[in-house]
Amino acid sequence: MQQSTRIAILALIELASDPERQVSVSDIGQKFRVSSHHLAKVMNTLGRAGLVKSTRGVGGGYSFSGSPRRITLLDVIELFEDTSASCKLGDPTEATAPEWALYDVNREIKEMANATYGSITLATMVKQMGKYRVVTAPQDAAGGDASHTESAPV
Amino acid sequence: MDDNSPQTTETRMPPIVIRRATRDDLRHLVDLDGRITGRPKPDYWDDLYERFATRRLEERFFLVAETENGKDAGRIAGYVIGEVRAWEFGSEPCGWIFGFAVDPDLRLSGIGERLFQDITGRIRATGIHTIRTMVSRDNRLVMAFFRSEGMRAGPYIQLEMELET
Ligand SMILES: CC(C)(COP(=O)(O)OP(=O)(O)OC[C@H]1O[C@@H](n2cnc3c(N)ncnc32)[C@H](O)[C@@H]1OP(=O)(O)O)[C@@H](O)C(=O)NCCC(=O)NCCS
Repeated sequence: MQQSTRIAILALIELASDPERQVSVSDIGQKFRVSSHHLAKVMNTLGRAGLVKSTRGVGGGYSFSGSPRRITLLDVIELFEDTSASCKLGDPTEATAPEWALYDVNREIKEMANATYGSITLATMVKQMGKYRVVTAPQDAAGGDASHTESAPV
Repeated sequence: MDDNSPQTTETRMPPIVIRRATRDDLRHLVDLDGRITGRPKPDYWDDLYERFATRRLEERFFLVAETENGKDAGRIAGYVIGEVRAWEFGSEPCGWIFGFAVDPDLRLSGIGERLFQDITGRIRATGIHTIRTMVSRDNRLVMAFFRSEGMRAGPYIQLEMELET
């Protein structure tokens, strides 16, 4: 998965978990440790796809504007990557037997991946988050990084 | 758990009870399945009933959701069928769900979830910790449903091949 796709999904989960809330690009960027510059471009793409809407001014930012129960991870991935199950074969009339054999394996994997991403909605992701506890290091830990957090499956 | 004591939903509409299937339900089930799949199969349902609703009931669960009141009272709104299977494919005993549907007119109101929770509760009560099912990967609807209930790809992969004629 490409970095833009990853950021987009994380941002969408963050926004979809509380659709009423407006969140600034810098807050999302800080939370997931990504540059605001990169994130802003990603949010633009999501905005054009109608998944988020932005409000300007004080307290402005992005909020979720899709249907979390209907938007799947595959819908988001497709905004950033070419997920066509064809993989890479080049010109089929020129492809050799080894190329076909490898293509078949890659297609099998791709189809599994698409079926998985295509059946997981943002609502399901939000629901699944409950399984992970987030351990926040104490603010006053000597020499510690106060913003350091760690997640682990329960 | 007392198998025949119906459990009432208080949450989402329409009110339903979930109970074990009886012989009287069969024609409704044939009809429901026929409407969903376009292929009525009365013999298949008779056989399912014999195998899963009359024998080894402590590990076989053939459940229906029935609407409780209103003009539609007594209508079969959905079903789920499952059983505990042991040692197939070298697996520890586990619960399988292999038949599951909700009336298309009554979907998205939580009936599927109630059926799912009911059967998983009954399977859990037999001491089993894992449930499995198999879904066509093109069936995004059923996949999305099971995913939303927390199911994920398991440690087995289904393999197949076309046999030459
Ligand atoms: C899968 C099925 C049983 C779900 O029944 P249902 O009563 O509509 O399900 P619920 O209302 O309990 O939905 C539970 C969750 O499943 C998911 N879900 C259900 N339908 C969905 C849909 N159309 N799209 C995305 N997610 C869906 C949602 O997460 C939903 O939770 P939410 O309502 O909080 O969003 C039903 O759609 C069905 O019968 N499908 C056909 C089954 C079939 O083909 N059977 C034959 C082979 S076994």
